[in-house]
Amino acid sequence: MVNLKEKSKKRKSIVWIVLSTFFMIATLSVLVYFLIFLIRNGINAISWDFITDIPRKNMTEGGIFPAIVGTFYVASLTVLISVPLGISAAIYLNEYASQSLIVRLIRLSIRNLSGVPSIVYGLFGLGIFAATLGLGTSLLSSALTLAIMSLPWVITASEEALKAVPNSFREAGLALGTTKWQTIRFLVLPYALPGMATGSVLALARAAGETAPIILTGAAFFLPHLPRSVNDRFMALPYHLYILATQHNRLDLVRPLAYGTALVLIAMVLLLNMIAIVLRYRARKKQEW
Amino acid sequence: MDKRIIKVNDLSLWYGKTQALQNISLDIEENEITAIIGPSGCGKSTFLKTINRMVEIIPSVKIEGSIRLFDENIYDDSINLVNLRSIVGMVFQKPNPFPKSIYENVAYASKRHGIRDKAKLNEIVEKSLKQAALWDEVKGRLNESGFSLSGGQQQRLCVARALANEPQVILMDEPTSALDPIATGRLEELIQNLKNKYTVVIVTHNMQQAARLSDKTAFFLSGKMVEMDITNKIFTNPKNKKTEDYITGRFG
Amino acid sequence: MNESNREELKSRIKQDSHKQNLSNFFIEKIFLICGVLTIVFLGLIVWFLISKSWPAISEIGLREFLTKTRWMPSSPIQAGYGALSFIVSSILVTVGALIIGVPWGIFTAIFIAEVAPTRIKEVLKPVVEILGIIPSVVYGFIALLIIAPKVAQLFGLSNGLTALTGSVILAVMTLPTIVSITEDAIKSVPKDYREASYALGVGKWDTIIHVVLPAASSGILAAVMLGFGRAVGETMAVLMAAGNALNMPIKEIFNIPLPTLLQSVRTLTANIAIEGSDVPWGSLHYHSLFVVGLILFVITFIVNIIADLMLTKFQKVNKNG
Repeated sequence: MVNLKEKSKKRKSIVWIVLSTFFMIATLSVLVYFLIFLIRNGINAISWDFITDIPRKNMTEGGIFPAIVGTFYVASLTVLISVPLGISAAIYLNEYASQSLIVRLIRLSIRNLSGVPSIVYGLFGLGIFAATLGLGTSLLSSALTLAIMSLPWVITASEEALKAVPNSFREAGLALGTTKWQTIRFLVLPYALPGMATGSVLALARAAGETAPIILTGAAFFLPHLPRSVNDRFMALPYHLYILATQHNRLDLVRPLAYGTALVLIAMVLLLNMIAIVLRYRARKKQEW
Repeated sequence: MDKRIIKVNDLSLWYGKTQALQNISLDIEENEITAIIGPSGCGKSTFLKTINRMVEIIPSVKIEGSIRLFDENIYDDSINLVNLRSIVGMVFQKPNPFPKSIYENVAYASKRHGIRDKAKLNEIVEKSLKQAALWDEVKGRLNESGFSLSGGQQQRLCVARALANEPQVILMDEPTSALDPIATGRLEELIQNLKNKYTVVIVTHNMQQAARLSDKTAFFLSGKMVEMDITNKIFTNPKNKKTEDYITGRFG
Repeated sequence: MNESNREELKSRIKQDSHKQNLSNFFIEKIFLICGVLTIVFLGLIVWFLISKSWPAISEIGLREFLTKTRWMPSSPIQAGYGALSFIVSSILVTVGALIIGVPWGIFTAIFIAEVAPTRIKEVLKPVVEILGIIPSVVYGFIALLIIAPKVAQLFGLSNGLTALTGSVILAVMTLPTIVSITEDAIKSVPKDYREASYALGVGKWDTIIHVVLPAASSGILAAVMLGFGRAVGETMAVLMAAGNALNMPIKEIFNIPLPTLLQSVRTLTANIAIEGSDVPWGSLHYHSLFVVGLILFVITFIVNIIADLMLTKFQKVNKNG
């Protein structure tokens, strides 16, 4: 009797182990399969010309240079706006704020902002920046939209970096008769900077991969030239991929270019993430004592 | 001339609704080492931090009564907090050098206070490290990280860092509790020498340390000061029964 | 200490710190303003969604948006503004994604938390995170080229751009969210619970099934809700995978209308993306897109609030435990 019970118990635990192992393997397989699929199909399209040439013959030939540059522009401009704002907000929350109503509201807003769908940001950006403020569909409208969208990511990462700074630095700074701002500026921030840089690079990577918001606010189907100012529209890798994959009138002809674009996009995003990981790793190593 | 540099009068302190200090009154004299002893949670560290108002970095703190430094109430609205903390330096329980070079650690406060002249800074760093009895050990490697030093050296670096401000009073919050016996001995020696120039207030839970080092000793219990007297007297002939119980090791 | 020295120190303690305090005050306020901007932005989003929706709502009525299925906003003869099929499609695709993604994610999390040795765990976590950093347009591309043909083949359809295709790709996309939050929840169940159970002679897996998972349940539920929020708000993948046909995903079987995953559908997000880039600004069509956005916002807002409450509850329970 006891033996039987033991046996069924054992069987049950085996079922759970097998199930969880199966799903874990499924997760890894999917990831590996997707990556291999993209690499195998995309690698042939990649060439020096593909990276450096403009699209030619109705995008059926040539390269994706304007899309790469456009993505670089819009992601950089996004980070340029959201990182200073995000770091400042994080400094307020972690260094100055006490438990007040305004702080609770700020935290609530950050959580809610991070849950707003990207297409709603796009709609919002279209409504406020492009239409109401008269910026039109442009690089600037897109970057402002993406900046608001990435603000919660930057704030969260920066706050984590600030939390990792030992309190003893702050105490020692204040006890030495230096002001709170001096303590933050010269003791807390240098120490938190690598963590903040990591968060910023991750934000850059995510902004570079976003499509929905820029469709509504400034990405262009095709432009023969690079954006000349922030008021110009721009080509972007993710939007370019979307067009090559679904919107082109000769899908069969542009398929290789679509594979190549997907590979370049994902390589770029993964590379940025790797840079972030290296930054974090080096910062951690430096901080060990 | 009045030798009493700090006069604490009827000081009470609350963390939120919990009272941590009750009606403390005591005087601290110039160029003496005053030890504050008592079991953990008796309020001795809290009291120490009221002298440079570091206690206020906790937002819910409420304070009544007064502390006079040179007959100025440091809890007056007109007090310059930054200057107060330069004049009343502090050394913490755990050595806490900044993640900067030895040189930058000592020069940190002076730089923030606007001293830019390199020669002047060099002079301050050398003088402070010498006073902290660390100069000979580090003079060849001032650009190395403060963390490269041993625990005892780090704590002396923290003393040097405070001395660079040319303080009058140095507060020490159990400065040897994280150190080994040899490092402790060296720091105690340093503290002894400091009293020639500075006034030292030291919190310790090590009664031998208080007996060895200090001129006066105050005994705290449950947020109240039980008694304060010449150290010798406290340890040989305390007036209060509770003090006697504590120093003879019957509790705490 | 001589008298002059003493006077000098006195004056230093009393030195006017007004300027210093003032500059520190302003510095703090600048940071505060940056923090408050988050409130402003959220407020602006809500305000814009409502105010830009308003012309459409007042002219057409919210009722048509929520109950009708005919969406023809640019038709010059008889315009239709029924967004019901978008709502149903969004929810259908999302529920489909969760049916696949939730067990998948939870078991993956159980593997990471309970089966994998520590060193493998440290590798697995960032690997699963990679799924979260792949841009959604790439997922859409993959769905289009890998999943859609499989769906078409499996169900004998002429093309595989269906709700099911969208659900499958969304399931993969929600995995990182579900896995990491579930794993966190399992990990933060207090050790005492386990130990008490072991002390009673209960085996490891019985303890996990009957003690750990129930204790982590509100955390896991939060993971599911956040997965829902992420999936329902996802644009590019469903836009590229689900076909975007304007119809209700309903099939009648024995005269009973049942939802079906095997039809081409257009979600709330996809509709905004398709029409938003070339809609004439200020037109009724433009405002009606904001109504669609508002509906989407309200759905995600509610779902995220529930997830938040669940997480708070979970943290509270485990603090007491």
